Amino acid sequence: MIIQALAFYLFAAITVASGFMVIASRNPVHSVLFLILAFFNAAGLFVLMGAEFLGMLLVIVYVGAVAVLFLFVVMMLDINFVELRQGFLQYLPVGGMIGIVLLIELAMVLGGWVVAPEARSVAADPIPALDKVTNTHALGAVLYTKYIYLFQGAGLILLVAMIGAIVLTLRSRPGVKRQSISEQVNRPREDAVAIRKVEPRKGI
Amino acid sequence: MTESLWQNLWTGYVFPGGLILVHILMLLVPLLVAVAYLTLMERKVLAAMSLRMGPNVVGPFGLLQPLADAGKLIFKETIIPSGANKFLFLAAPCITFILAMIAWAVIPVADGWVISNLNVGVLYLFAISSLGVYGIIIAGWSSNSRYAFLGALRSSAQMVSYEVSMGLVIITVLLCVGSLNLSAIVNAQKTVWFAIPLFPMFIVFFISALAETNRHPFDLPEAEAELVAGYQVEYSSMAFALFFLGEYANMILMSGMTTILFLGGWLPPMDIAPFNWIPGVVWFCLKIFVLLFVFIWVRATVPRYRYDQLMRLGWKVFLPFSLLWVVLTAGVLLAFDLLPKGV
Repeated sequence: MIIQALAFYLFAAITVASGFMVIASRNPVHSVLFLILAFFNAAGLFVLMGAEFLGMLLVIVYVGAVAVLFLFVVMMLDINFVELRQGFLQYLPVGGMIGIVLLIELAMVLGGWVVAPEARSVAADPIPALDKVTNTHALGAVLYTKYIYLFQGAGLILLVAMIGAIVLTLRSRPGVKRQSISEQVNRPREDAVAIRKVEPRKGI
Repeated sequence: MTESLWQNLWTGYVFPGGLILVHILMLLVPLLVAVAYLTLMERKVLAAMSLRMGPNVVGPFGLLQPLADAGKLIFKETIIPSGANKFLFLAAPCITFILAMIAWAVIPVADGWVISNLNVGVLYLFAISSLGVYGIIIAGWSSNSRYAFLGALRSSAQMVSYEVSMGLVIITVLLCVGSLNLSAIVNAQKTVWFAIPLFPMFIVFFISALAETNRHPFDLPEAEAELVAGYQVEYSSMAFALFFLGEYANMILMSGMTTILFLGGWLPPMDIAPFNWIPGVVWFCLKIFVLLFVFIWVRATVPRYRYDQLMRLGWKVFLPFSLLWVVLTAGVLLAFDLLPKGV
């Protein structure tokens, strides 16, 4: 148990510290790398809680896919840091206002927090031992039965977002040479090769 | 009181910790030796395929060549480019090497011979292999060099693309097994190896593994003819050696994954007398060896893809094809009531 507690404090401390460094570090690439570190430690916290499926998904989806694209975009950006810092005081009032509004909203939400009466009974239900039902089975059992419409709805929203992104970025430019593999493969031999009998000293 | 505390410390932490350490060493030392001799095997096989001798000077039949290479790389100077980000520049090869090693924690080399028998073993492997891209992209960015950066961009686009179809191939296998545990996947192949009923998926997985490890014919990230060596161009001595070791360990890992998912892991081809006398670990190594030979064989025979062809193959051929096979497999399993139950 001591080891687990130590691991928890280690992961939690690194998560919070790297979360802070995401907004504090000056180089945006370092920010993204700290974000990845934060994701990683959050996955570690999931595993400590016994939710190994969620931990692995966090690593696969966020670290393996989303953050790679972030890193791609940020590395390609050409940011002038001096210019960026000059505008800091100019934007401070507006940004500060937004921050204060968000803080007040958060305080109001947390102040009016009531635990639903059903939630208490659900929490009181005995949780089956980890060696009887694995994470994956337990999640699948509710996700594909009770929440199937929400699940499909989320999938549809993502599909629409994907198609939207493709439509926005797809340009059909005329005059671009493209390889058509079926055309290449289906080209008859006569079009490609000609066999001639060449007379000596005459040429074709 | 204090005596029982010490006893707790011994039985609770020190002894299991030491046992795991011994297990890890028993896995990693043969692995690193295998990596070293894989480089020799690659050079020998390539040489034989192009009618050359290959390394034959150091030791009998050139058998000490990997040791000579390692010694050379250790004693060279590590050069850090002046424009490079020092910390990330040195972290990148370490990331590549560590990721290639820690993935082996869940690989069962024989029945019960596994360091950590995770319930979500396949997901762990998939997660670790998807992290491999960071070593490359960080190396490319922190070198502050155009060749390195171009190589890193190519590599990350390639790895992200082929991971998608690999994920779908893994889903087809999982549909037939009903568990994410790697040992359970091997045990589910006792009647027939999945390479036979899922043959097209086996091929797709193997080609994706070639692309995932940046091997020929998909070695665009380090295309020596145009990018001189891609993301590794600024690296020298041990930093370069770590990349090299990581890359070859990844090759062995991918062969191991293919073996577990499709070729029945440690199981003998038939459960009859002469075959099941041989211990499982030998079968496992033998299957990996055959797959590694195919890796090298492909390198010797197939020309490099062009980049747009590579992307076309990943997104327009493999992705729809493997998606179709997921639906088809699920349909067949459901129609003939073959879905695994009560795991």
